[in-house]
Amino acid sequence: MKYKSVFDIIGPVMIGPSSSHTAGAARIGKMARELFGREPEWATISFYGSFAKTFRGHGTDVAMIGGIMNFETDDERIINAFDHAKKKKIRIKIREEEAVTDHPNTARILLGDKNGEMELVGISIGGGKIEIIELNGFELKLTGHHPAILVVHDDRFGAIAAVSNLLASHRINIGHMDVSRKDVGQMALMTIEVDQNVNEEVIEGLKKLPEVTQVTRIVN
Amino acid sequence: MFRNVAELVELAETGNKKISDIMIEQEMKVTNRSREDVLAQMERNLKVMEEAVERGLQGVKSHSGLTGGDAVLLQKYIAGGKSLSGDLLLDAVSKAVATNEVNAAMGTICATPTAGSAGVVPGTLFAVQRKLNPTREEKIRFLFTSGAFGFVVANNASISGAAGGCQAEVGSASGMAAAAIVEMAGGSPSQCAEAMAITLKNMLGLVCDPVAGLVEVPCVKRNAMGAANAMVAADMSLAGITSRIPCDEVIDAMYKIGQTMPVALRETAQGGLAATPTGRELEAKIFGFALDKKE
Repeated sequence: MKYKSVFDIIGPVMIGPSSSHTAGAARIGKMARELFGREPEWATISFYGSFAKTFRGHGTDVAMIGGIMNFETDDERIINAFDHAKKKKIRIKIREEEAVTDHPNTARILLGDKNGEMELVGISIGGGKIEIIELNGFELKLTGHHPAILVVHDDRFGAIAAVSNLLASHRINIGHMDVSRKDVGQMALMTIEVDQNVNEEVIEGLKKLPEVTQVTRIVN
Repeated sequence: MFRNVAELVELAETGNKKISDIMIEQEMKVTNRSREDVLAQMERNLKVMEEAVERGLQGVKSHSGLTGGDAVLLQKYIAGGKSLSGDLLLDAVSKAVATNEVNAAMGTICATPTAGSAGVVPGTLFAVQRKLNPTREEKIRFLFTSGAFGFVVANNASISGAAGGCQAEVGSASGMAAAAIVEMAGGSPSQCAEAMAITLKNMLGLVCDPVAGLVEVPCVKRNAMGAANAMVAADMSLAGITSRIPCDEVIDAMYKIGQTMPVALRETAQGGLAATPTGRELEAKIFGFALDKKE
């Protein structure tokens, strides 16, 4: 079942006018910001489908930019997000794409600064609920409903076991786990949804594992 | 966990409970929170709804200028004492409009189940409360009952206009409100389901065709009629009228209609009212060009 809580239906509290095109967009932006882990210096947002056709009317652009600046769905600063971004010297590019995507409300976000870039694809599935379906070319499914850990690692035997062993030793239960790789023996990504927020010690422990190259967490 | 309306009604009736009880209990279980905690969160949403209606009744105007002020006009008309369809019904309509006018003006609202359809549930609640005099907790329960029905629609069909048209948004909201009115008025869980079915049947096929892609025309007035539809269907159900097609099958029909609906009529501003000469003219006036002729 896609919707688990009554507050997915009666909620969110948000700045209008559209739960999918405004609140959902803000949440995709915020998720991108969390995954990037810091304020970006530039952001390129590509809209597809209904997002591309109607983003001006729905404030999809300002909401997503607000989310990238870590604003919540009910933060009134969303309305003037372009001005806020300008003040923070974040360079914003918006693109309207013609390509047909599986879901009508799809956005691709590229965030970057001098230390690196990150690209993700998010969809807004209705009533403010979202899913991140692609991260740096990896397919994944991230809803933001649970705390999660994303582990980039080398596709080698024992890598998954090492990560799950470490989580087990900290008494952390895995609620859902996905693995995805670019090719056999190449770079791979583990998406792990857990029941409680994970502390810094666990993250540092994961980073020290031999096959692991990058660890990001989503706090809930 | 209930997966459809039949299970929801059965859970309530075998346990001699209300629909709202089942939704509250499930929420506590799924999110591992106390009853007080869950009710407190819903009360915060209720407050947002109250503030939005209040703001809308003072009169707002959207940035595009397409919507605003109709809630006030309707309240003045009601005060004149000459309404034909009844003061309570028009009060619901006016308050639904008020909420959506605030939404269109980028004000703060609570999505129920979406922002574009956020007027129907609070609009009907704040109207019927004048007649039914509910306690604070009963008002909160109204939202859980609507949430329970919305939950089923969201999981078995869709609450997104881009995926299923306006029937999935205002249609769902209207059905949710009808069910909640029935519970507040003392109807049984199965009467709630009948009200939902009767309402949704009359919303089937409704397309999402917003002028200029804005959640304004025709969204605000669709919330008005969504509220009216909910009030009438609730009365029909309380009178003992039942739907020949069971609620779950109506929801399934809505889903299938949404899947076969052309993309032009699913929140892309390419068909329906958005593509009328006046719709295009308004679009061009607002953005300086018509979206379909941009290249």
